[in-house]
Amino acid sequence: MDRNQLRRQVALTKQSLFDQGLLDEQFIQLEDLQDDANPNFVEEVVSLHYRDSARLISNIEKALEKNPLDFKMLDGYMHQFKGSSSSIGAKKVKAECTLFREYCKAGNGEGSMRTFQQIKKEYATLKRKLETYFQLAKQAGPADTACRPK
Amino acid sequence: MMENNGFSSPRNDSFPAGLRVLVVDDDPTWLKILEKMLKKCSYEVTTCGLARDALNLLRERKGGYDIVISDVYMPDMDGFKLLELVGLEMDLPVIMMSVDGETSRVMKGVQHGACDYLLKPIRMKELRNIWQHVFRKKIHEVRDIEILEGNESFQMTRNGSDQYEDGHVLCGEDLTSINKRKHFESKHDEKDTGDSISTKKARVVWSVDLHQKFVKAVNQIGFDTTSLPSFDGAMTGSVCLAEVGPKKILDMMNVPWLTRENVASHLQKYRLYLSRLQKENDFKNPAGGIKQSDSPLRDSAGSFGSQNSINLQHNDVSNGSYIFSGSSLVVHNGDPRSHDSDRKRLVSTPVEEPKRTLTVNVPNPRIPRSSQMEFGQPLAPPQSEVDFGALDSTFPTKYPWCGIQLKKEHNPLHLNDEFSHLPLPGQKQLTQADYPQPAPAISSAPSSTPSHNEYRSNVNHARSTAIAVDSSPIQTKTDVANHQAVEPNSKSTPSLENQGFNMNSITEFESSRKNINLGMLPFTTLEEDLQVCWVPGDCYMNLGLQNIEVLEYFDPGLITDVPVNLNDGLRFDYEFYDPTEYSLIDQSLFIA
Repeated sequence: MDRNQLRRQVALTKQSLFDQGLLDEQFIQLEDLQDDANPNFVEEVVSLHYRDSARLISNIEKALEKNPLDFKMLDGYMHQFKGSSSSIGAKKVKAECTLFREYCKAGNGEGSMRTFQQIKKEYATLKRKLETYFQLAKQAGPADTACRPK
Repeated sequence: MMENNGFSSPRNDSFPAGLRVLVVDDDPTWLKILEKMLKKCSYEVTTCGLARDALNLLRERKGGYDIVISDVYMPDMDGFKLLELVGLEMDLPVIMMSVDGETSRVMKGVQHGACDYLLKPIRMKELRNIWQHVFRKKIHEVRDIEILEGNESFQMTRNGSDQYEDGHVLCGEDLTSINKRKHFESKHDEKDTGDSISTKKARVVWSVDLHQKFVKAVNQIGFDTTSLPSFDGAMTGSVCLAEVGPKKILDMMNVPWLTRENVASHLQKYRLYLSRLQKENDFKNPAGGIKQSDSPLRDSAGSFGSQNSINLQHNDVSNGSYIFSGSSLVVHNGDPRSHDSDRKRLVSTPVEEPKRTLTVNVPNPRIPRSSQMEFGQPLAPPQSEVDFGALDSTFPTKYPWCGIQLKKEHNPLHLNDEFSHLPLPGQKQLTQADYPQPAPAISSAPSSTPSHNEYRSNVNHARSTAIAVDSSPIQTKTDVANHQAVEPNSKSTPSLENQGFNMNSITEFESSRKNINLGMLPFTTLEEDLQVCWVPGDCYMNLGLQNIEVLEYFDPGLITDVPVNLNDGLRFDYEFYDPTEYSLIDQSLFIA
């Protein structure tokens, strides 16, 4: 694929992520922040997010194994996870987090666990797609990746 | 923009560029993003992943930051607590942020004094404008200084070398003119969120007594978060509040009718005053303060009425800053309307009977946050509020006056007999029990923490129990008179120390305390006499409200039950309140 095609591909891929509701405006903000001083800003942020969220997911999982469930703690962890998700614009994941917190508030363990599974799925999906996206963007050349003239 | 209003860094010319922002968030991703965003705004950014670290930084570098942005939910410390502390100790504008935009949370932020509340994800444009909060604060300070200075000059002439004893009352016209000006100005600036509580705002007359309480409180805690009136509007996104800091003081003071605004404005003035006096004092004998402080206390100990406010006086010259007692007190013109005016007007009430003109300014009825929270009516989860519970165990303080009973009256706070003899020229007489010499509660940052805690708890506790909290906090504060940390250029600090504030006037405090406990009436309109009944006796100030007779006077709406849960507020990880070491109020407070 030549450069132009790659770039187009990148743009389309990105667009589809938005269309599928996986990403929101925050992601664009991140791209806007990327500049010469931080040419890989978006990716760095996303990596940071993965690291932090992995830890949070693990905390939640452990907490979900407890019996009885400590909803307050779960809610706390999820609050953090939601915050982290919001940082990269993970729209769908964030929505599931909100749902999870609702269940926690209602003391619904079943609903919480179910929702958590969903969260993990969405999280994995987004991660995968973003990785594809970043790779593509790299191929297309730095200028084309999520970078807008600022 | 205006002239250098305290920005210590040389960035005034290109303001807001170079604004020094401290960002606190446990989320590393957001920290990185915010850092980048703020840098793009040309701000100077410092990031912290822990609230604790942030506090240390703030304390170590007093005056090193202009504004703080903090997340609400952090593992090591509740963001609201941090907010309170920062407001109290450093009196910096604090912006809260969270992914949670629930109204109750936002409201809580406002109540704790946040000048804004941002929802994550945060946009660049939201950050671009944060400088307005810094600017606003400066403006208010300038105004306060003017008022203060205006009052001071009046005082100076009158006071001379007088004993504290009487609070000086500014000439009606002096005050009036000043007040008018302030009123006018403040009207437009004041971010008053509407008084739901009461519409009438009496003017606050900062009598010597009241001032003493104030100083005690300040010494004890440092800074209190401001309590904001109950907020009616839906808070969706940003809330902007002008002040932070005074709330704690308000709580500690436990003066029901006093509003946060009153305290905030007074606080600013006080600081300015201190720094001004500091300069002046340098030329005067520095040692004076100490002895003075002693005397007043003693005096005051017994006689609330007779002495009053003048006790402060001992602050003597050397202590310029503290001399609120006579000279510094400015009479507040009562301007029921403007918060500013209320706040700014300091009243020096003559301690002497004949002169007393204590006007109690009953700040607007709106229920200051403090009242709600402190008084035991936690507006929001008391978490960040003073944790009375904690206080309970931690600080048993003996208060001679304990057992103050506050009558639950909506209005008048009846001063007890001691005070009653004070002439009230048609005004509410709110005499603070002898004001123990105003301890220059400038406490170094580190120590302030505990004091804050206690203060807060005390305050809250007091509030609900109507016990003059100030006693406890003040004690500590006085002890530590010279603590603290004053910001690098704070002139007041040095003076304070020189002044010899007698921090050990605690005993005196106690006695004065007795008198001071006007009780924490919630904001009852102080139109009438404040009625404070207190029951002298040994009192253990357990913030657990054990000995406190809860004030009835509180407006039920405000304080349904003294929330003992205030405890949480104090729960920083600060050690327990150690009466021997009251946190010194951060000097920054006083440093204008």
